[in-house]
Amino acid sequence: MKPLIIAGKEIKSRLFIGTGKFPSPKVMAEALEVSGAEIVTVALRRVSFNSPDPTLSAIDFDKYIVLPNTSGAKDAEEAVRLARLARAASGINWVKLEVTPDPVYLLPDPFETLKAAEMLVKEGFVVLPYMHADPVLAKRLEDVGCATVMPLAAPIGSARGLKTEEFIRIIVEQANVPVVVDAGLGLPSHAARAIELGADAVLVNTAIALAEDPVKMARAFKLAVESAVLGIEAGPIEEQEKASASSPLTGFLD
Amino acid sequence: MSFSEIYKKIDQNKIKKIIYSATENDVERILKKSRWSVDDFPYLVSPVAEKFIEQMAKISRKITFLRFGKTIKLYAPLYVSNSCVNACKYCGFNVNNKFPRITLSIDEVLKEADEIFSHGIGHILLVSGEDKKAVPVEYFEEIVKRLREKFYAVSIEVYPMETEEYERLSKAGVTGIAVYQETYNLERYRELHKGPKADFFYRLETPERAAKAGFRELGLGTLFGLSDFRVDLSMVAIHARYLMKHYWKSQVAISFPRLRDAEGHFKPYEIVNDKQLAQVIFALRMVLNDVDIVLSTRENPEFRDGMVGLGVTRISAGSKTNPGGYSVHTDALKQFEIADERSPEEIARMIEEKGLEPVWKDFDKSFLFD
Repeated sequence: MKPLIIAGKEIKSRLFIGTGKFPSPKVMAEALEVSGAEIVTVALRRVSFNSPDPTLSAIDFDKYIVLPNTSGAKDAEEAVRLARLARAASGINWVKLEVTPDPVYLLPDPFETLKAAEMLVKEGFVVLPYMHADPVLAKRLEDVGCATVMPLAAPIGSARGLKTEEFIRIIVEQANVPVVVDAGLGLPSHAARAIELGADAVLVNTAIALAEDPVKMARAFKLAVESAVLGIEAGPIEEQEKASASSPLTGFLD
Repeated sequence: MSFSEIYKKIDQNKIKKIIYSATENDVERILKKSRWSVDDFPYLVSPVAEKFIEQMAKISRKITFLRFGKTIKLYAPLYVSNSCVNACKYCGFNVNNKFPRITLSIDEVLKEADEIFSHGIGHILLVSGEDKKAVPVEYFEEIVKRLREKFYAVSIEVYPMETEEYERLSKAGVTGIAVYQETYNLERYRELHKGPKADFFYRLETPERAAKAGFRELGLGTLFGLSDFRVDLSMVAIHARYLMKHYWKSQVAISFPRLRDAEGHFKPYEIVNDKQLAQVIFALRMVLNDVDIVLSTRENPEFRDGMVGLGVTRISAGSKTNPGGYSVHTDALKQFEIADERSPEEIARMIEEKGLEPVWKDFDKSFLFD
């Protein structure tokens, strides 16, 4: 599998982790540790870079690339303001762009996402936008200079798996930037399937944070993603309609 | 179509009939579903459904964790004035009750806010009696501009305003409003309220005016004890659903205050016990998966502790219900007696002991300002 490089940085782990919804910062830190993730995303609405913050204190900034996200922003301007705040307070210029005007399904607003992405790229941010699994939008986001595209598999926190598989397949086929499947993955097998489809990475939060044993689930996702990567590297056989015997049935005629 | 028009078309007697004639079979049939709508609510709050409360608690807990995570948000009310022009029969701030009225100066409000913030609370709810002269829009505008320097989010629970007034406050930094209809029973409402608040439909449309002004959060609720709570909450659910569909960018929050002792000693229409209140909360979570459900310090510690994680997503902590009660006028008249006297730190510890994370910050002023 080709190396995953985002904004010039090589990322070894194909599993990104979200930090919301965990029962405690301690459990979150343990889950991060066993997940092997290098990129962790934190919601700016939930953390404070200017004062001691329980979530940020539990993250080792030397070990992880912290990806602030703009969760809660309802339009482009709000998202841009949040990103600027994060950069001013932390020096981090990577941002996971989320523009979700609807508080129920938290579906991304395509128009405002594109607008914000363009503004942020111009300001020098490394922008990783959360988006619908819309191949045209993916190209538009790539065109304005986003470092990745992050299509949803299903609504955030729904654990419904790859409901958008056909469109993610097209996005992967057409993308010149890494594709990170974000939102809706509920099981390790969903993550493996996303990688098998050709996604470069997956981002998982709720499925790990709310599992009965979040640490064990983080490990399960790590193994699933690694297993899918290994499987791809091992050169899988093509799917076929009919059975193909591993030993020819007519060998005795030779 | 405004909610007032919808309200007029709703037959509350029909809702009441469903509630009180529902059978165990009806409730079992409803509980077998995997998704619920507000049409199911009357069955779920029916007296007969109380038998199924454990099953409802499990469903409510599951939905709450899935939609909100293992977290509980904390906030504190800041009472800025107990001056009021209304004569609501159940309220300690009733204009006819004789006691010294206090309206905090802006400096006093800031002092109170500092005390709240020193306990780590970053979300504040400004509360006042309904007296536009004592606490005009400009007063709140100024307070919010000052508070937003420190607090992450500031909401208001004051008199209903016009859209233009809400726009001013939204621009100043107010993030949400709470306006409780008290009861959705029109006749009962008119019996209980005298003064500007007696205009039932103006109050009913307040969340719509606030939503049009851009408030991100709309708080609804009824005061248990004024009318049949099961019917009232069925109406809250319908009202909340209406707002979620029409003002889809705003988060809806619902509170269920129970009447407590106040100046005037009003006799409640009915007493809602802990089990009934829990049933209402579970039912609401089932039919409205994404509303914030709020429990105030009116409720006793045992009940609040028990409900954390079962449907409730936000609780107040360390509350004082009198203006200046945190540090300025600690002996001023309270709107009602609180039942949970624990400090925010103690509340946070309780939340952690139950395997959840207390959330002190869930907003940032940079959503609104550079």
